[in-house]
Amino acid sequence: MTDYNFAYLDEATKRMLRRAILKAVAIPGYQVPFSSREMPMPYGWGTGGVQVTAACLVPEDTLKVIDQGADDTTNAVSIRNFFARVARVTTTEATAEASVIQTRHRIPERPLTDGQILVFQVPIPEPLRFLEPRETETRTMHALEDYGLMQVRLYEDIARHGEIARAYAYPVRVEGRYIMDPSPIPKFDNPKLDRSPALHLFGAGREGRIYALPPHTRVESLDFEDYPFTASKAAGQRCAICGAEDSYLDEVITDDAGGRMFVCSDTDYCATRVAAQAEDAA
Amino acid sequence: MQLTQGFADPAIDAARVFRIVLDAMSHPGRIVALPGIDAPAPCSPAAASVLLTLVDGTTPLHLAGAHDCDAMRDWVRFHLGAPLVGPQGAAFALGTWPALGPLSAYPQGSAEYPDRSATLIVDGAELRREGARLTGPGIAHEAFLTLPDVAALQANAAQFPRGLDILFTSGTQLAALPRSTRIGGA
Amino acid sequence: MYVAVKGGERAIENAHAWLDDARRGDRDVPDLGLAQIREQLALAVDRVMAEGSLHDPDLAALALKQARGDVIEAVFLIRAFRTTLPRFGASLPVDTSQMQILRRISATYKDAPGGQVLGPTFDYTHRLLDFDLAQAPDVPPAPEIKAEPADTPHILSHLGAEGLMQGEGPGGPEVPDLTRTPLEFPAERALRLQALARGDEGFLLSLAYSTQRGYGRNHAFVGELRIGHLRVSAHLPELGFEIEFAEILLTECESVNQFQGSKTEPAQFTRGYGLVFGQSERKAISMALVDRALRARELGEDMDGAPAQDEEFVLSHCDNIQSSGFLEHIKLPHYVDFQAELELIRKLRRDAAARQAAE
Ligand SMILES: [Zn+2]
Repeated sequence: MTDYNFAYLDEATKRMLRRAILKAVAIPGYQVPFSSREMPMPYGWGTGGVQVTAACLVPEDTLKVIDQGADDTTNAVSIRNFFARVARVTTTEATAEASVIQTRHRIPERPLTDGQILVFQVPIPEPLRFLEPRETETRTMHALEDYGLMQVRLYEDIARHGEIARAYAYPVRVEGRYIMDPSPIPKFDNPKLDRSPALHLFGAGREGRIYALPPHTRVESLDFEDYPFTASKAAGQRCAICGAEDSYLDEVITDDAGGRMFVCSDTDYCATRVAAQAEDAA
Repeated sequence: MQLTQGFADPAIDAARVFRIVLDAMSHPGRIVALPGIDAPAPCSPAAASVLLTLVDGTTPLHLAGAHDCDAMRDWVRFHLGAPLVGPQGAAFALGTWPALGPLSAYPQGSAEYPDRSATLIVDGAELRREGARLTGPGIAHEAFLTLPDVAALQANAAQFPRGLDILFTSGTQLAALPRSTRIGGA
Repeated sequence: MYVAVKGGERAIENAHAWLDDARRGDRDVPDLGLAQIREQLALAVDRVMAEGSLHDPDLAALALKQARGDVIEAVFLIRAFRTTLPRFGASLPVDTSQMQILRRISATYKDAPGGQVLGPTFDYTHRLLDFDLAQAPDVPPAPEIKAEPADTPHILSHLGAEGLMQGEGPGGPEVPDLTRTPLEFPAERALRLQALARGDEGFLLSLAYSTQRGYGRNHAFVGELRIGHLRVSAHLPELGFEIEFAEILLTECESVNQFQGSKTEPAQFTRGYGLVFGQSERKAISMALVDRALRARELGEDMDGAPAQDEEFVLSHCDNIQSSGFLEHIKLPHYVDFQAELELIRKLRRDAAARQAAE
């Protein structure tokens, strides 16, 4: 693959992406349109995240790629190998060692730090899309800060179910201005976005949008005073491997008699805890 | 015509400069150091690095005041290929603060597309961590930066989400002031 | 003890090896050459070039071979290659009236200057399987007659001369480029045509068909359908003159549609336009009908919510690389979100049961 340019993309494309990223950082939560390129992986498989990562990487970076919180899921492996080849960066599974992390559907459990960049793969960047399919309409709503439709929809949920019936891709308000889709992370992860010291970049390749949360940005999950947001996960469970009670858990069916167990979705978090426990025991 | 060199290794050098600029834009008021690129006077090495990294034939550039000299025009033509335009058509503008003139002359972006606003590279004045108090996205508690005209920049921030984004450059140093930053006076 | 699914890396390598093996198939059957694909599966090659937005029959043949004949996968390979190519500039507009005609028909006139030419068409073949083809027969060359080079002006130009055909006006100085500028609505016609030219043939066919059945009905005549070769040239400012750099096969369709007229314009005919790489007339006709349907707003026609008249709907969904990628991504693991849904459903049921018990 050495015949491709550093980080695969040509320089003109990277300049275009970099300009879009800077505008996104300057307007937190606003979706900057960009001219997405066909990538050597399909749309819907992380092309937005891959383009953002490609525009950000330097040879000195240490890159981590996760899907569903795990480093060894096939699409994470595929994207990590792509960058190891075209950008010759070091890769890692350790959240603490990574300077750039590309993710699909999760935020690592270990708090991110100043200088780290978390790049999200985003399928549908428009938080109002499930209320209004037309781009021309939703663009006007954002321009006018007219979010009444969203409030009404969430309140209908409460009237019907007694709570806001959204478990992931739970919309947030950024610095009191733009409503933003945090990508399909479970709402358990939403509080990690608020005032994080890391830079969060969101790339939607097929839809051609980049948006950002600079470090220390105020990010509130939408709710109502009498129905406050709660970051939920599997109730009353702990990880069967490391015993963690504070991490997001995957439910695993173990037999056909209703047996099930819960394990950390963040494989690095779990492995790090197991290693520490082994050290303590020794 | 004497042309100074651009990036020695364009793909890698541009990547490194972008990451530093991204760090600055993500932390308004943070003063960062850029690799020195020789450009015709009076353009600073930091401003030249930014131009080489972000500006090309698709981004109209406005050169203001002393930066609008023959040597600089040749450099832009050779290294960037950017069309040279007046303030009202600029995606990027380069000059000293007084030369750049009133901020209102530049594209401010629209309510629908606030990203379609100019980025100004304010070149020449020394950068120090003192003066105006900055708060907002990218800033944990507060930051301080010497600003040329607090009132004008407050008015710019008040237009959020429309408004200009500003990169201050001096020598090999750079600091950013995106429109999202609130400026609280000295 | 539960062990998370490991070994993604090896699984991927093995899957790739299996794919290579399956692509080759029975080793007793000779390997398929690219020339065979290019010459004998030419219409598949044409479709890959059209939807891949890259005119290169050899690369399209390679893509078809690599994709095991999956046309959309082959289009994807071509698109991913195309994005890495440098841009030297735009060609000069081709003048399709200068086409070396292979096929030229009009449904609106019995005859016209330049004549009607059926060309290599399936149209009047009886769709009976030709079992002789299975035996690799010797095929004699088609009969040829020496034809005088004749002018073949566009048939609709005769209507234009009479003032009955709406003119198109000059194009803008800048050629919009869908692949370099984010799509924005409303989109100008040149950009819409660009999107349709690379759009999925099946999608455009269905939309065009829907207009025929009454969803945005605007009866279209095929004013002219022509297929032929054209030289492509570019103006190089550094050299100060034009150079020809390619000869390509194109299919063009101009539909004729009635227009009732408006306050400012008298009743006249209007045009839908389709232009596609290769011999792709189903696509070209579909494109012309959809182009015309998308002009409803500009012409002040009734908009009754028909999909084919809805620019945002058509342009957002016509690209099969976007749509197939997003459709197929639901194969990827989604268990984190599913787990969140599972917990939510359990909680809603618990709450509902508790409310019921309290009542
Ligand atoms: Zn665990």
